[in-house]
Amino acid sequence: MKDLIKNIIFLLFLTQIIFSQSSDDCLGCHSDETLLGSRNGKSIKMFVDEKHLSISIHKKLECISCHADLKDAEFPHEDELKKVDCGICHEKVSNEEKTSLHGLAEKRGDNLAPKCITCHGKHDILNVKNPRSKVNPLKIPFTCGECHSEGTKVQRQRKIHQDSILTNYTESIHGEGLLKKGLIVAPSCATCHTAHNILPHTDSKSSIAKQNIAATCTQCHAGIETVHQKIIKGELWEKQSHILPACVDCHQPHKIRKVFYDEALSNEQCMKCHSEKIKSKKDGKILFVDLDEVNHSKHNKISCSQCHIIENKFYKRACETITKKVDCNTCHEEVGKKYLSSEHGKLFIKGDANSPTCVECHGTHSVTGKTDPKSVTFARNIPNLCAKCHRDGEKAAKRIEGVGHTAVENYSEGIHGKGLTESGLIVTATCTNCHTAHEILKKSDPKSSIHNLNIASTCANCHHGIEETFKKSIHGTSLGKDGKEPPSCKKCHSVHSTSRTDAEGFKLNIMNTCGDCHKEIASTYFETYHGKVLQLGYTKTAKCYDCHGAHNIYPTSDSRSSLHRNNVLKTCQKCHPEANKKFAGYLTHATHHDKNKYPYLYWTFWGMTGLLIGTFAISGLHTILWLPRALEMRRKKRLKKLSETESEK
Amino acid sequence: MTKQNQKHILRFSRLNRILHVVMIISFITLAITGMILKFSYTPWSFFLAHFFGGFESAGLAHRFAAILMTAVFFTHLIDLYLRKKNEFGSWKKMLSGSHTMVFTKKDWHDLRDSIKWFLGKAPRPQYGRWTYWEKFDYFAVFWGMIVIGSTGMTLWFPEFFTLFFPGWIINVATIIHSDEALLATGFIFTIHFFNTHLRPEKFPMDIVIFTGNMTLDEFKEDRPAEYEELVKNGELEKLFVEPYPPIVISAIKFFGWTALSIGFSIIIWIIYAMIFTYK
Repeated sequence: MKDLIKNIIFLLFLTQIIFSQSSDDCLGCHSDETLLGSRNGKSIKMFVDEKHLSISIHKKLECISCHADLKDAEFPHEDELKKVDCGICHEKVSNEEKTSLHGLAEKRGDNLAPKCITCHGKHDILNVKNPRSKVNPLKIPFTCGECHSEGTKVQRQRKIHQDSILTNYTESIHGEGLLKKGLIVAPSCATCHTAHNILPHTDSKSSIAKQNIAATCTQCHAGIETVHQKIIKGELWEKQSHILPACVDCHQPHKIRKVFYDEALSNEQCMKCHSEKIKSKKDGKILFVDLDEVNHSKHNKISCSQCHIIENKFYKRACETITKKVDCNTCHEEVGKKYLSSEHGKLFIKGDANSPTCVECHGTHSVTGKTDPKSVTFARNIPNLCAKCHRDGEKAAKRIEGVGHTAVENYSEGIHGKGLTESGLIVTATCTNCHTAHEILKKSDPKSSIHNLNIASTCANCHHGIEETFKKSIHGTSLGKDGKEPPSCKKCHSVHSTSRTDAEGFKLNIMNTCGDCHKEIASTYFETYHGKVLQLGYTKTAKCYDCHGAHNIYPTSDSRSSLHRNNVLKTCQKCHPEANKKFAGYLTHATHHDKNKYPYLYWTFWGMTGLLIGTFAISGLHTILWLPRALEMRRKKRLKKLSETESEK
Repeated sequence: MTKQNQKHILRFSRLNRILHVVMIISFITLAITGMILKFSYTPWSFFLAHFFGGFESAGLAHRFAAILMTAVFFTHLIDLYLRKKNEFGSWKKMLSGSHTMVFTKKDWHDLRDSIKWFLGKAPRPQYGRWTYWEKFDYFAVFWGMIVIGSTGMTLWFPEFFTLFFPGWIINVATIIHSDEALLATGFIFTIHFFNTHLRPEKFPMDIVIFTGNMTLDEFKEDRPAEYEELVKNGELEKLFVEPYPPIVISAIKFFGWTALSIGFSIIIWIIYAMIFTYK
């Protein structure tokens, strides 16, 4: 009996040694869903789901294999445990990670830095082949995307040189293969960037460094040098045999396009026919192509078939398989998007026959770009280009009401138009500077560059200093009295027919312009000397902006105002150098009709008017009374004269 | 017609006639250039401003004419002073004589009798050297010169005048200057024209202010009291002058008509501006 007890005690002791803290022991407490512990002073749940553990790749490990500091610890153990170090087992990977961008960020104490558990999870780490694993190839884009998709904190707050990574990837051929076709051999993020050794492309050890990128891509595209199109943009793609150029030079990272470089026909093949004046069998259109024109265009390094996409090059006449119209969008995607959102694009979507497409403005084979003086999109040629449709009477002008109707004529009269045509200034504003080239919207659209609230910033593209002043001024900061929109640049300077501000017409008109809103103050101005002489065409007199300022108008109570009590004398002295402080008391907007505001003037006026009426009344009455007698005298005189002449006879 | 009746009698001195002509020229210039500004909102103003070669030159013309008229004013004052010294000896004698411009008891009687005459209740009064309406004209102009002249100076040199007065004095000066000018223009081109030049018995024009002389018959009828006095003093013969040759008369008439037409045009313009476009 004694032995039995001894044996039991021994066995118990033994188990204490051999089976110290089995996972079951841990779960004894941690399977309790209500178990709470504390970390960094915060109370957190300490529940560990047995189910997760049972399917985890680490299911055969004991808790203490990872939570090593609990070995031999007494129960219940201390709250604060050391962080699990995956490197105990995964030494190589862990070391790689430590020198990667992610590891370095963690070392810096960056709160956004990912740790092992960020990507792999904790107790629920699954086999990478398990489709539910966060690091399964199909899931990787989303796991990485948690931090690297649009609008995340990492994208916004850290220096990441690419944007819209996830979107671009998803639309790329790689993303499509992986996500739409389920090809788990399609590369995901980790395929190119590696899983743990993620380094910036500027690091020579990085898998995406320029010198390594070919090696990275050839992991999959192993035989690319043997099958890749040899001549690209008219040049051999390999400068030296079997030394690949950096793939990303042509295939942008993340954005790798599907048919960017189609396996194409050479231009010579097309020109076999198209150098002749052949005609279309369908509509009789001349299909002659001047290759010279193409060679001098911006697209001189692009082959015919890159735009005129051939479905099957193995046909004898491959061009028979061209079914789609040329879609500039393939390369000019961003511009294409802008175009489709514009008025022109909206018409195009509606199927309007008048809608201009790319070729209407840019032409076809001869596209040379806006910097070439011969190009239709060169600054000096733009007004004529737009005028093709927008000149009065043309198809676009017919459907536009208001100022747009005579825009072309007005523009050519305006300072911008004259700058372009007379002074040859290509920095002057043409149609596209204000309306934009591709995002043309109606002024009623709040997104439009010519919407009332956007005009100032549009003009500021050139007149930056003016806008800076203007947006601080009363017109730039407040609404009108009746809640009207504040005036924008065009209110005073008008659109298209924008005149020089030193032109007589502008000076004479400014009163009416300001008077549109400031009715009373403008009308009383015309009662004073300044206003009267201005009306007579004398423009050297003080106009609104001479006293109030033009772009820097502030309320007179504002110390920045040119009419603030501290500044008003200086303002008068601009024209009246001898002016003194009392001189500045001249009432520039006085009217003698306001008894309460200007009693001196009111009573002076009525006093003078009384004198005038009184004098005329008395002297007029006197004259009228006199008239009959005077007539009588005249009659008598004539009679007398008659009788005298008769008596002489 | 007897020979004696064809005699012409001198009524205005050469200096006064010259002053009147200069006055006409400066007054009309001032009126036009001033009204351009006063009625700047009428199309006529715009046209006239351009006629003067722009508003700036209209302003210059206005100032030049103002100097001319001031000169007329002071010349007259000096003339008065010299005549006092040479002819009368003292202001009192000058102002109490029968040729005085000051209103006298006779003027009040003449006014009363004139009204009676107008109403057909009495014969025409025996007017003297200066009738009461002529005296009124004279003082109206005298007063006008001072008022318009002083306010005009304020407007010409506002920087100087505001050394002593507040700024709004310029606004007040503007109103006085312009309304007094309106009164002067209106009065001269209607009442004065009628009273002294256009009266039916003188129609179409009394050119005595330019020639300085009139026939004795006319004189006798017009100024019976003065005639009596001259006869009594035996000074009548001294005032006989030779009339101007017809060519001079024609020239004078042309000038007179021009001045009258401009005057009437201005009146029409004023009436138009006051009635149709008043602001």
